[in-house]
Amino acid sequence: MTAVLWQMVQVVLVVALAPLVTGWVRWVKARLNGRRGASPWQPYRDFYRLLQKEAVVAHSASWVFRAAPYITFASVWLAACIIPTFTTNIFLAPAADLIALVALLAIGRFWTALAGMDVGTAFGGLGASREMMIASLAEPAMLMVSFSLSLVSGTTQPAQIVAFVLTGEIGIEVSLGLALAALFMVAIAENGRIPIDNPATHLELTMVHEAMVLEYSGRHLAMVEAAQMVRLTLFMALIACLFAPWGMAMPGAGPVGVTVGMLAFLAKMFILATALAWFETAIAKMRVFRYADFLGGALLLGLLATIFLYVSEAV
Amino acid sequence: MLIASALLSLPLLSLFVIAFGRWGRAHSVAYAGCFVAAVSLFSGGLEHLGGVWGAPSLVLPIGLPWLKAHFRIDNLSALFLLVVNFSAAVASAFAIGYSAHLPERRRVTPFYPLFLFGMNTVLVADDAFVFLVAWEFMSLASWLMVLADHQKAENRRAAGIYLIMAVFGTFCLLPALGLMAGPGGDYTFAAMRLRDMGGVVGFLVVLLTVLGTGSKAGLMPLHVWLPLAHPAAPSHVSALMSGVMTKVALYGLIRVLFDLHGEVGWQWGAALMVVGGVTAVMGVLYAVMQDDLKTLLAYSTVENVGVVVIGLGLALAFKADGENLLAALALVAGLYHIVNHSVFKTLLFLGAGAVISATGRRSISALGGLLNRMPWTGAAFLVAAASASALPPLNGFVSEWLILQTLFKGPGLPHWAMKFGVPVVGALLALAAALAATCFVRAYGVAFLGRPRSDAAREAGDVSFGMRMSLVVLAVACVVLGVIPVTVTDALSHVVQPLTGVSFAVSADLGWPWLSPVSSHRGSYSGTLLVMVGLALFGVVVVLVHRFGTEALRRSDAWDCGHREDIPQTQYTGPSFSQPLRRVFGGTVFRARESVQMPPPGDDSPARHSVSMIDPVWDGLYARLGLAVEWVADQVNRLQFLTVRGYLLMMFCTLVFMLLVVAMRQQS
Repeated sequence: MTAVLWQMVQVVLVVALAPLVTGWVRWVKARLNGRRGASPWQPYRDFYRLLQKEAVVAHSASWVFRAAPYITFASVWLAACIIPTFTTNIFLAPAADLIALVALLAIGRFWTALAGMDVGTAFGGLGASREMMIASLAEPAMLMVSFSLSLVSGTTQPAQIVAFVLTGEIGIEVSLGLALAALFMVAIAENGRIPIDNPATHLELTMVHEAMVLEYSGRHLAMVEAAQMVRLTLFMALIACLFAPWGMAMPGAGPVGVTVGMLAFLAKMFILATALAWFETAIAKMRVFRYADFLGGALLLGLLATIFLYVSEAV
Repeated sequence: MLIASALLSLPLLSLFVIAFGRWGRAHSVAYAGCFVAAVSLFSGGLEHLGGVWGAPSLVLPIGLPWLKAHFRIDNLSALFLLVVNFSAAVASAFAIGYSAHLPERRRVTPFYPLFLFGMNTVLVADDAFVFLVAWEFMSLASWLMVLADHQKAENRRAAGIYLIMAVFGTFCLLPALGLMAGPGGDYTFAAMRLRDMGGVVGFLVVLLTVLGTGSKAGLMPLHVWLPLAHPAAPSHVSALMSGVMTKVALYGLIRVLFDLHGEVGWQWGAALMVVGGVTAVMGVLYAVMQDDLKTLLAYSTVENVGVVVIGLGLALAFKADGENLLAALALVAGLYHIVNHSVFKTLLFLGAGAVISATGRRSISALGGLLNRMPWTGAAFLVAAASASALPPLNGFVSEWLILQTLFKGPGLPHWAMKFGVPVVGALLALAAALAATCFVRAYGVAFLGRPRSDAAREAGDVSFGMRMSLVVLAVACVVLGVIPVTVTDALSHVVQPLTGVSFAVSADLGWPWLSPVSSHRGSYSGTLLVMVGLALFGVVVVLVHRFGTEALRRSDAWDCGHREDIPQTQYTGPSFSQPLRRVFGGTVFRARESVQMPPPGDDSPARHSVSMIDPVWDGLYARLGLAVEWVADQVNRLQFLTVRGYLLMMFCTLVFMLLVVAMRQQS
């Protein structure tokens, strides 16, 4: 019964927290650039404002264009509900493992890319084409990360991996470091952050995600942006859950344990968001056709992580 | 009895069409007859899979005087009867409406029942003789339908290559089955199961079977005929060739490797996994470059056959090492993908058929905006495209999830080759799945979304009620097979039980809606629950947004960053969509070269951008093989112009050689 309760808390938590995380990243970036920056709470206001505006839809658009933001948001939200954040004792934890998680994220991408092509403009097609190219390399890399994690811990279930790490049966492994690096690169690509994509750009040559959603307005745009924010939170939660699960409440933990878990989760998100802002400020965006090198690198790191496991076993 | 009478009715239907083919109504009657026969065969298969009758067998005095024909239906046959006849029934129903527009239907309808007859008889055959005869029925009937539209040169070429590859396949299968029958010549499957073949013969049997069935299923590099021949046939036939005939070939592979041949080494499992992985990635890379909708789908079939073969190879490797539970799991995963692919690929090809009958165009770059004009076809095609892209909660995802889960257990095998090879195959599989999503976003986005690129696409209308309903039935099947995975895997575990010797339930640990292979700690998935929660979240989002936001909606021109233009040609097309992937993979795999020809200053002709690509398999292997055959033929040709003396010398030499052979035989 507690599993259902904590699940409900998590369902609300990931959506409520997501705009703040994004707002925080923007604010820290602005400070690092020497600007004052909008308040971290600004995304909530933006969201409300967008909801009040009328939605403009092109004549040529079909129902795919109007359904895509909702489907994307719901699928990303569903994925975010499955990753343990403050406790592993959530009802949906066994409903999907890391492989299913990758596929759940693919739903949103599939629909956003289709929506990009639906209006029939050159920009939409450009964004969709680039997004799918990035995904076709990032997705295998993420599966390779799951592969090496499953070899280390014997499971692909995030909650079980957390339990495995917290019981302390694991030391520091080279392959875990490689897997972390690969997952980090995938997370950057999937969220369209610098150096792969710039969430703040509207320069034609460099847009990827923004090009796909160029035609959106009003409540549809609100949904698209909310999905982006939840996806960012999701990847941070995933990295925190797989590689730094300390503090997370296990099944059977009392209210104190859960409170500690919640505080630990918030602290981890704070650290990761600050780190992301710093990272984005420190480096420059890549050219489009360098993505393949970057993501191919992530894929190889994932593979190497698996291979290194045998090497360390054999030694 | 039901199965036998349904099977016998098929050749009669063929005769009926030959007799009355002049009347249009006769074609509809024939397809309706095929529909009834397929439904009967389907229900017959369902009854057997339920295990009511065990594995009934039947011996008929057909064939040469001293030979008898053996038939038997076990669980594996019953499963494939379901796979074949579900698609066949829907395709027949679709064809009632579809074939009315075909100009060459008198060259198609008579062979269609024979094609179904051949495929079904392969499945119930219990001896090598019936198996091979039925296999040839299947090949030749489909070959005749590939040749139906023989006015086009490319169709004649496709049929020629298909015939060569079909002959090659039988050429391999014949000695494979002959070797299994042994010198005693007992050609029944029951006798083959009991025989111990020994090393060399066993090796040859596996090699020849893989070549023979692989050429029919479309394994690289034997796939070349498939993307040529499948699109050349009318769409309801393409649907069956791609969705079902490749599965009959895989049935042959499973029947020999898991049933008739007792001991197959783990090396064969490893080899199949590598071939499957390469086939999957290369197939989808080809698919993503195609502009012809049906060729694209045919290449996607090649990809999916590769995915299935990865599962089968894994099962072989596990079985050889005595890990029967994991072998059963891998086999279930492979069979599940067979079921799923037959459903969604039939839907995709029938959808392509609907598009062709509405617009007359096959090139996606000539289409666009069809979803607004063909809402039913468009929606059904979208379901199949999402399924082929392995998106949950649809069926394509569940089987890929199972295969990946089983692959993740692969490093537990004791061989180092497997330990290092399995992650690589896993990466190939993941790459194939991700590229498949790209491929179908491209195909769907260009053909069904956006603005129409031709008058044909602008004036298209949705197809007739019967055709739409066929598509809807398949789309519903895609959803159902994905949402209740445990029910399917439980049925499949009955099928693999005799092949691997273990009975198990994929849901053993957590109960009904949870798919948890091995144990619930390893990893689990519940499509049922995800769909319920996902729909609930979707509902909450929609209600909240409409509650707290405005519902105002305005239709307007596209914004497009302020560029205003009304030319549909400025949209992204197929080639432009695949350009990033062409840059990433095409340079090495297809030797893709882009060139821009700029006119000299003062010349007002347009600049031209062109891409050149090669087909590595065709140009690298088959073209050279063709040249080699021609060279040999030229050399042999000289023998036709010898003097009388020369011919006499040749006869003498031959005679001496033969006598030597006889002498050596008697010595030994």
